[in-house]
Amino acid sequence: MNQQFELPSSYKKWTWGLIIAGLLALVYGIIVMQPFAPVAHHAAEGAQDYSGTRFWAVLLQNSVFWLLVVNASMFFICVTTMAMGGWQVALRRVPEAISSVVPTLGIITFLVLMGIIWGGRTDIYIWLDKDLVQHDHILKGKSGFLNPTFFTIWSAISIIMWWLLGRKMRSLSLESDKNGQMDYATAKKWIFKNTVWASLYCVFFGLSVASTIPWLWLMSIDAHWFSTMFSWYTFASSFVSGMSLVALFIIFLKNRGQLEYVTEEHLHDVGKFMFAFSVFWTYLWFSQYMLIWYSNQPEETKYFIERIGTADKSGPYHGLFFLNLILNFLCPLLILMKRGVKRNWSAVTFMAVLIIFGHWIDFYQMVMPGTMKEHAEMMPFEFGIGALFVGIIMWGVGKYLTKHPLLMKNHPFIKESMIHHT
Amino acid sequence: MAGGIKKFVVGSFEDEAVLFPAVKNVRKAGYKIHDVYTPFPVHGLDHAMGLRETSLHTAGFIFAATGTTTALSCISWIFTKDWPLNIGGKPHFAIPAWIPITFELTVLFSAVGMVLTFCYLCQLSPFVKKHHFHARATDDLFVMAIECTEKTNEAELINFLEKSGAQEVNVQMAETGWWIGRYDREQKLYREELGY
Repeated sequence: MNQQFELPSSYKKWTWGLIIAGLLALVYGIIVMQPFAPVAHHAAEGAQDYSGTRFWAVLLQNSVFWLLVVNASMFFICVTTMAMGGWQVALRRVPEAISSVVPTLGIITFLVLMGIIWGGRTDIYIWLDKDLVQHDHILKGKSGFLNPTFFTIWSAISIIMWWLLGRKMRSLSLESDKNGQMDYATAKKWIFKNTVWASLYCVFFGLSVASTIPWLWLMSIDAHWFSTMFSWYTFASSFVSGMSLVALFIIFLKNRGQLEYVTEEHLHDVGKFMFAFSVFWTYLWFSQYMLIWYSNQPEETKYFIERIGTADKSGPYHGLFFLNLILNFLCPLLILMKRGVKRNWSAVTFMAVLIIFGHWIDFYQMVMPGTMKEHAEMMPFEFGIGALFVGIIMWGVGKYLTKHPLLMKNHPFIKESMIHHT
Repeated sequence: MAGGIKKFVVGSFEDEAVLFPAVKNVRKAGYKIHDVYTPFPVHGLDHAMGLRETSLHTAGFIFAATGTTTALSCISWIFTKDWPLNIGGKPHFAIPAWIPITFELTVLFSAVGMVLTFCYLCQLSPFVKKHHFHARATDDLFVMAIECTEKTNEAELINFLEKSGAQEVNVQMAETGWWIGRYDREQKLYREELGY
């Protein structure tokens, strides 16, 4: 059990297969969609070419979604650390491994965002259009926040902070492997250090993921519209997918005979997270929807009219909008409700894949209506770019899992995790 | 009187660390545990006693579904058939506006229903009495009641319990079910009980 975990060849095959498929889609996009050509200004409706928009919109959706998903696993570690949680110690290396992909995806996301901002993609972020902003009362009022300089600086700071604080948490964890069992004083000090760094991460997480970052990266696509629920909604979406990803890797490792102390009790708790945060997501989804529906202000309802349409005319995202609700609320609620399902490895695998796909769709319907209007597509290109990001995550996680021991054998709470039962 | 009077051998333990192996041994020896009474919920004791999974949550689901149905059918009937009102120009059949109330009724039905079901399953109710095998079970003693059948050898069982670490073992004839009565009127004070 003490030897280092080695990736099975099928895992490597899948990793590279997905990355190659994704790269093919990317190359296809660069050649066919001309993403670097200047944006046609004020083109007549209908005559406008959406292929360049499609390229950037799809990249934006995928990079932001997958970055927030892998970042959520570091949030999970920090929250459980701050809560003095013990049950997750036996599986803590898994979210750690997932969070180690944050730098890679962070750089990719930053490049995509910079391509959009400094490439002047007004079709993605309408507030990049300086002339328009000058004559637009609402956008002018927001221009202190929605401007390229602030966007660039704050995005860079956020990604670097997630990276550095996450790296600190990971290095504290790896440090504990080197020396043997900690005595009481050392353990106390080590736990305290962990708590301090975890709380710093959480404070910054609140300032970025739970507030400003979704406003900048996603909500500003519909620049005239705003919702105070939006960031929490995005956070819930990424956190529940993050827990699903953790569940998937736990099950994968367990299938390979690793993680000896992780039992179905731990799976049950991860499943509870998936269930609870699906319901939490729905709570935010509904709160956002109902308040806008009830007050019926034109500048607010616009967001939903672009998606569902009106009573007279069904919108282009009508089906997707309700599919979102079925995948992310009804399925988790009804399927994950029973205790036995949360303790069943195959059922949790199925639900994890379903939830991740559902929230990928959720991000799709956040990005597409504002950028692609009614021309959005769900073709091999969209799935190919998704595959690219999945491949990169698999590659990064695989690298971390093979480099470091899978058990934090010297963690002071490890025994609590071993005897954990619900 | 519901359950009928049966004979029990009752062993009292002072520590859960002693209780757990005792429960295991008693079951292994083939005795039938009627119930174990503890001063606080003991984690994993249900598992050790081999109790089946409770069906309380299934009841909860049924109550919740009843609540959802009640809310949706009532509100939709009232607002579309019985007394249609124009509220802010919204359609009469306005599901988003009903969701909060539907949710509240779902929670209310399942919560109240589950509490009542729980009380019924545990045979608890105001003005209803149940036999206490040991008054200290509500304070600091773990009490295991073993049901005697015609084949049970009492002396052997008492000996067995004492060896398993029981502080106090006695034989009681007790009613298993609940009956109408009041503790505050009929219960003797603890210091008046035998063996104090």
